[in-house]
Formats: sequence, structure tokens, C-alpha cells
Amino acid sequence: MILLLTDGVPRRVLKLLAGLSLVLLAAPLAASDYLITVLILVLYFAYVGQAWNLMMGFAGQLSLGHALYVGLGAYAAAALYVHFGVGPWLGLWVAMASSAAVGATIGFLAFRFGVGGVYFAILTIAFAEFARIGFDHWGWLGGSAGLFLPVANYARNDILTLRGSPTMFYYVMLTMTAAAFVLCHALLRSRIGYYWLAIRESPDAAQALGIDIFRCKMVAVIISAAMTSLGGVLFAFYYNNLFPEQIFHISRSIELILGPIIGGIGTLAGPIVGAFLLSTLAEGLSEIMRWVGIDLPGIKQVFYGFCLLGVVLFLPDGVWPPLGRWLGLGREEGDRESGEGER
Amino acid sequence: MTALLEVAHISKSFSGLKALENVSFVVPEGSIIGLIGPNGAGKTTCFNVIAGVTQADAGEVRLAGQRIDGWRPDQVCRAGIGRTFQLVKPFAGLSVMENVVVGALNACASVRAAKVRAGDIIEQLGLAEKRRDVAASLTLPERKRLEVARALATGPRLLMLDEVMAGLRPTETDHMVALFRALNANMGLTILLIEHVMRAVMALSSGLIVLNHGQVIAAGPPAEVTRDPAVLECYLGEEAL
Repeated sequence: MILLLTDGVPRRVLKLLAGLSLVLLAAPLAASDYLITVLILVLYFAYVGQAWNLMMGFAGQLSLGHALYVGLGAYAAAALYVHFGVGPWLGLWVAMASSAAVGATIGFLAFRFGVGGVYFAILTIAFAEFARIGFDHWGWLGGSAGLFLPVANYARNDILTLRGSPTMFYYVMLTMTAAAFVLCHALLRSRIGYYWLAIRESPDAAQALGIDIFRCKMVAVIISAAMTSLGGVLFAFYYNNLFPEQIFHISRSIELILGPIIGGIGTLAGPIVGAFLLSTLAEGLSEIMRWVGIDLPGIKQVFYGFCLLGVVLFLPDGVWPPLGRWLGLGREEGDRESGEGER
Repeated sequence: MTALLEVAHISKSFSGLKALENVSFVVPEGSIIGLIGPNGAGKTTCFNVIAGVTQADAGEVRLAGQRIDGWRPDQVCRAGIGRTFQLVKPFAGLSVMENVVVGALNACASVRAAKVRAGDIIEQLGLAEKRRDVAASLTLPERKRLEVARALATGPRLLMLDEVMAGLRPTETDHMVALFRALNANMGLTILLIEHVMRAVMALSSGLIVLNHGQVIAAGPPAEVTRDPAVLECYLGEEAL
């Protein structure tokens, strides 16, 4: 299995990945509590960014409502835990199944009736807004007053109920991000991966080559929704409080897609690179501002804005493609061809 | 020869404009048939109806006896019809190899097998040196060849070519003609081609169908059809004599 996954991947890339994994695995030994919380956030955005990228970057379907799946996953797992004492490891299946079902519904409505492009994007926003307003009025889930997970003093890390220190969450998030990366890598090299790219590039030509584009797009939406909701489960158990106004808000949907856009849509490394760049730079900026003694609320958002502007203007393909070339790692799609890695 | 493709009484109107009117013809198994006619005669519409892109208002399309009218384009492809687009539609952001692999996956059980098949076809089409280049970087003649390679990779019984010689240099045209002849002779591939380059049409076709104003005005062996006064008048003109 591992051989199959690394087959055709240049040795340089493998070495770099191994080195990066070691650094990330060892990080909690050296990092401060603050740095760990920043890294958790980075990994979270890398993870959900990867999930969004599967749908947009691979299959070419623009979703601007991915906060919907984060929220559904978070609420499903949290409600099961709070009301029935069902742990997150069981709850996540319910979370993923319900998000997949909602994703399938949106996908069916859109793809069956030929809603595409920006109209599809608007549909995804609409559903996220439905959820935000609906959950705001759903008393059983706390409504607008929020749903809270019991917080106790974590004397020890309980991985079974996901109650524990940030370091535990860090490792869980790291595992998920790595798993998402490997999954996307494998998908991209599989039949459905080729089909997604073909649909992204030209739906007409893809269909003429025998590809059932409806089915392939549905698969993309379902996998993406399920993956995203798993991020939501972690979100719920890490932050312990959920408010519909926040979790389903469109700003969350936008925040989630900035990483892949800045890193490089359609690339495997893009969402990770983008999340690292954005979060570390933004946090660094707030640190500097604090240090200098300037307190400007919203400075992070302004900074995001400028980053996006810079990328759109100067690096329309994102940061990763040129960075990857500079590191001598080549174009990812090229690597998917048999054997000869370096161009 | 048995009929591989049968088109029977196809009609299609676009908001009042009759693009096809009671069009019928047969493409025998193993033949190369040219579909010619002036611009706007309905040739591409006819292709789109066969390929499932456009639904006909009336009529039937059969592939090897099985009705395929009303099928989606992907179903038609899987049934055994590969087609190219007159306005080429390469997967611009993918490499030449990846473009052809997508087509080959239709004929192969695994990605690995599809890569092998795609490599062979790229070789045949003379694109081997370009296999790692993104399709967006290809010249128009190269894109036409890529279009053919992709359609061929799907493993069709019938290959429908929409003006793949247009814009090619005479030597490139000859190369294409030789390729299609070889595919037809060696693999028994049946070909239906829309073409304006008469040099290629005459070199390839065992039969011609002439469309004008959405109607079949002549059909038969090339030598006969090109002497037909109606065809000369509407399409070929005096100089063809």
C-alpha cells in the first residue's frame, strides 16, 4: 500500500515530506503553549482547505458555503455527546454521514438541473445560510445561545472522548491533516482523480470521453463534505462551544478557502502551504503589533485582504507552484506520470 | 458489409430553423465515410445528434443495431463512438499524456493500463516529444492531433472526426490520412469524418454523404458523388471538374 502511494513520487519529495513530518511530530517538545494553539489552527485550516480543494481544485466545483459542513459536523458530534453521551469516535460517523447527505442533496439539485459556476456557489452559500438561521432557532441545540460541551480540568488526555490538552489535539489534527493529504494524493492518481481534472478543464470534452460527469461531481461533493465535517467534529471538541452565528457564518466559509487559494488551488501542497503562510504571518503580525503597543481590531482581516490581493496580482496560480519549482519539486500533476520524477 | 451506424429520418430544428430534415444514412462496418457539404449544412449538428450532445426532434440512431438516440454523450462513448470537436477542447491545464490517459481510462480497467495505452497512442499521433507539455502550450495542429489521440484512446468502434485536417499543412494532412488508413486497415476501425479538405476526403473515403440545408442531397462512392450536378452546384463548384 505504501509502495503504491509512493510509486512515481520523486525521491526528493519523499525526503522533504519525511523531514517535514519529523519536525511537525517533534514540534510540541519545543513549542510554547501559545505556539501549539497556533499550530492547531494552522493544521485545522490545512485540513479543511484540503477538503475544499478536492471539490474546487480537483473537480472544479466552487463552494462558498463549506462552513455548512464544518457546522453540521460540529453540531452532530457535540449534540450526541452532550445529550446522549455518545463519544466523538462514534459521533464522527453520524457527522460525516449527515454532511455527506446534505452535500449530496445540494449536489443533486445543482448538477441535475445544470446549475454551475457562480450559481452553484450561490446555492452553497444559501444552504449555509439556511443552516445558520435554522440552528439559531433550534432550541434543543441551544439555539442562538449556543451549545456547550462540558469543560473540566484535564488532568490527563482522554483520547476516547477527545478531552485533553492542546498537545493531544495537535497530534490528532496532525494525523488528520496527514491523512487528508495522503487520501487526496491517492485520489488524484486514481481513475476518479483523472476524471475530476478532466471535468474541471472541460466538462463537454470529459463527457465525450465517456465520463459520467454527474456521478463524478456527486462523488467529489460527498467526499469533500464528509471530510470537512470531520474537521467540524474536532472544532467542536477543541473549542467546546458552538454558536450558529459563528460556525455557519459566511466569513468562516471564506476564511476556510483562503489557504488553498493562496497556496495554490488544485495542488496537493497548496492548502497546507497556504494555511501555514496565512496563520503564521497573521499571528506574527498580531505579535508585532502587541509588542509595538498598537491595538487594532480587525488587523488580521486586513492582512488577509492584502495577502489575497498580492497573490491574485502576482501569483495567480498561488504560492506553491512557483515555490515548488524553486525547490525543484516540479509540477505535481507531472509527478503522477510513471517513474521519471524530475523533469 | 453490415451497418455499424444507422441514422434514420433524423430531424432537428433550432427555434424554427431546420438544421436537419429527415436525414438518413448508413455507415457500414469497417468503412471510412466522408460527410461533406457547405458551411451551415448541418454536418456538426448531425455529429452532435449521433454523439448525444443534441437531442433530435425525430428519428432514430442505431449503433450495431442498438438504439442510442436519447443517450447521454458519455453513454454513447461507452457504447463505442469516439468523437472529436471541431473547436478543439483540450484539457488545457493537463499534460498531453494526462489528456490521453483520461480517454484511455474508458478502455482500460486500471490507471496503469491506461497510461500504457495512452503512451502508444501518443506515439502513433506523433506527440511523443510533447507528452509532458501542458496542452495549453500546443499549436493548433498539435491540438487537433491531441483531440484525435484522446478520442482514439477511448477504444471506439466508430471514430467521428470533425474537421481534424483543417489548418494542417499538406504533409501533416498526408500523415493523418496515412494514420487513419492504417487504423482502418489494421484494426478495422470505422470512421465517419466531416472534412473540407477534399484532398484528404478523396484519399480516405470509401463513400461520401453530402448534406445541404439539412438534407442529404447525394450519397454513394466518391467518384460518383463528386460528379453529381447538385453537389457541384452547391458545394464543390465548377473547379472540381
